[in-house]
Amino acid sequence: MTRRFAAEFAASRIALLGLALLSLLLLAALLAPWISPQDPYDLARLELLDSRLPPLAHSAAGAIHWLGTDDQGRDMLSAILYGLRTSVAVAFASTILGLAIGVSLGLAAAWFGGWLDALLMRLADLQLSFPSILIALVLLAVLGQGVDKIIAALVAVQWAYYARTARAAALIERRKEYIDAVVALAFSNTRIIFRHLLPNCAPPIIVLATVQVAAAITLEATLSFLGLGLPITQPSLGLLISNGFNYLLSGHYWISVFPGIALLAAVVSINLVADRLREVLDPHKLR
Amino acid sequence: MLSHIAHRVLQSFGVLAVMSLLVFAGVYAVGNPMDILVNPQSDQSEIARATAALGLDRPLFEQYFIFIGHAVTGDLGKSFAFNVPAIGLILERMPATLELATAAMLIAVLLGIPLGLWAGLKPRSAAGRTIMAGSVLGFSLPTFWVGLMLILVFSVWLGWLPTSGRGPTVNLLGIPVSFLTAEGLRHLALPAANLALFNLSLVIRLTRSGTREAIGQDYVRFARAKGLTETRIVGVHVLRNVLVPVVTVVGVEFGSVIAFAVVTESIFAWPGMGKLLIDSINVLDRPVIVAYLCLVVALFVAINLLVDLAYSWLDPRVRLGATR
Repeated sequence: MTRRFAAEFAASRIALLGLALLSLLLLAALLAPWISPQDPYDLARLELLDSRLPPLAHSAAGAIHWLGTDDQGRDMLSAILYGLRTSVAVAFASTILGLAIGVSLGLAAAWFGGWLDALLMRLADLQLSFPSILIALVLLAVLGQGVDKIIAALVAVQWAYYARTARAAALIERRKEYIDAVVALAFSNTRIIFRHLLPNCAPPIIVLATVQVAAAITLEATLSFLGLGLPITQPSLGLLISNGFNYLLSGHYWISVFPGIALLAAVVSINLVADRLREVLDPHKLR
Repeated sequence: MLSHIAHRVLQSFGVLAVMSLLVFAGVYAVGNPMDILVNPQSDQSEIARATAALGLDRPLFEQYFIFIGHAVTGDLGKSFAFNVPAIGLILERMPATLELATAAMLIAVLLGIPLGLWAGLKPRSAAGRTIMAGSVLGFSLPTFWVGLMLILVFSVWLGWLPTSGRGPTVNLLGIPVSFLTAEGLRHLALPAANLALFNLSLVIRLTRSGTREAIGQDYVRFARAKGLTETRIVGVHVLRNVLVPVVTVVGVEFGSVIAFAVVTESIFAWPGMGKLLIDSINVLDRPVIVAYLCLVVALFVAINLLVDLAYSWLDPRVRLGATR
């Protein structure tokens, strides 16, 4: 099963390329503190003399800055690696939380039906009729800044997608015979939902989760760019781009272009993988 | 039909009521605007006086009913920061946002339909593939980053277009607009292109898949058999059937464009209500935030209602299903 799945996935060269790029980025984010040329947030190491150096320039101390430096003399490559780490961490945390909450609610809605189903689905409908950025903006306006706040906002935006997808899949599964069998065995609801229903609803949820990681990275970057996301002490890619925007007009393009390219690479590679996953996991194709 | 309309209108009012409660509770229940509005050195009695003057000392539910009572008469409170009615501030900025959103939608439709038709008619040609690859990028690229790149390329490097503001405005029926002057159009170009990108990609995709579906249908084959020219087949018979989903999506997406204008307006310093929202969030100017949200929510509900009614008018199955 796993081998066939891997072979099918690998049949698309562009998806493999996406996966390779994504792995590279994740590795870079994970290892940022060890592979960065500089600790970008150790203020003692920053030299104002080195500020706004173009890419490939040498600092006063003789070190090379591959992607240039920002207005405080911070090495951009290091800042990007750390920023990528923050962006990816926030996106993963919110996706996992949103997935857990949304899928549980969606499965419960499908299994129990009745008023719980009606209430949850009306709530999801109401929320999905508004664009996610609007909901996130309102929540952050209320909650304020911070890593926990932005994760909360992203979870609040995402749960409805998971709840709907999980419910739709579960409604189809629960009519099948194996569910009748476990009901006849008098297993508890919790056991049936999580041990029997959930694994069989997994494919569409996996595809959705992949797409949503990319959406979360983009949304977080957008909110941080607007100054409503992460605090200045934990700059994600969005905040780096926002900082560079101030110098864009004077031609110091690298301060915001390179973090933007990193953001782009992350979003595009995830979408490539997600597209292929959708094709491979499509239930209509499984025979 | 009448009962269906009444049902949907009632439902919309229900959504409005729920949203107004959520917005009010969310925005008013957390944080204390006094921290920002009053000079930190002022003493307790001064703070109390200011709190009472703004009505912030009353219980929350009372504040809500006062708010609703005023809201139905069009009074959404005075801005803490500007000390003028919040709704006035929003309405003053609204034409700029609507102009930007309309321009973006026009670009998306007028460019998206021909490109989508082309990609649908010649899916295997180099041009067709390029168009589709471009639309995939349009979906993936974060709007704000594209905005920065537009500024970098067209303003900083090429020096063709201005980076911010609306340019000179001309009054059209008492509403200031930019698109009637050459300078205003130059200011409008980049923000509108930026805001259009996502929907352009969407329209291209919809048109392409609609075209590919229509091209294999019997009525197209019949039109060919009748000897109609290719231009007429595509321009009349295919296009008409492609337009229905496109028009629907454009209607629904207009609300999102207004919401996403928040980002574009912030980048290009376009003086619309989205930029006002961000500025207000930064200084916790609650009446303005609430007024913006109420207005946008009302706009969304109205758009959804209109699209829904248009649907049930076009397709009787929808309204029969709803009343059953």
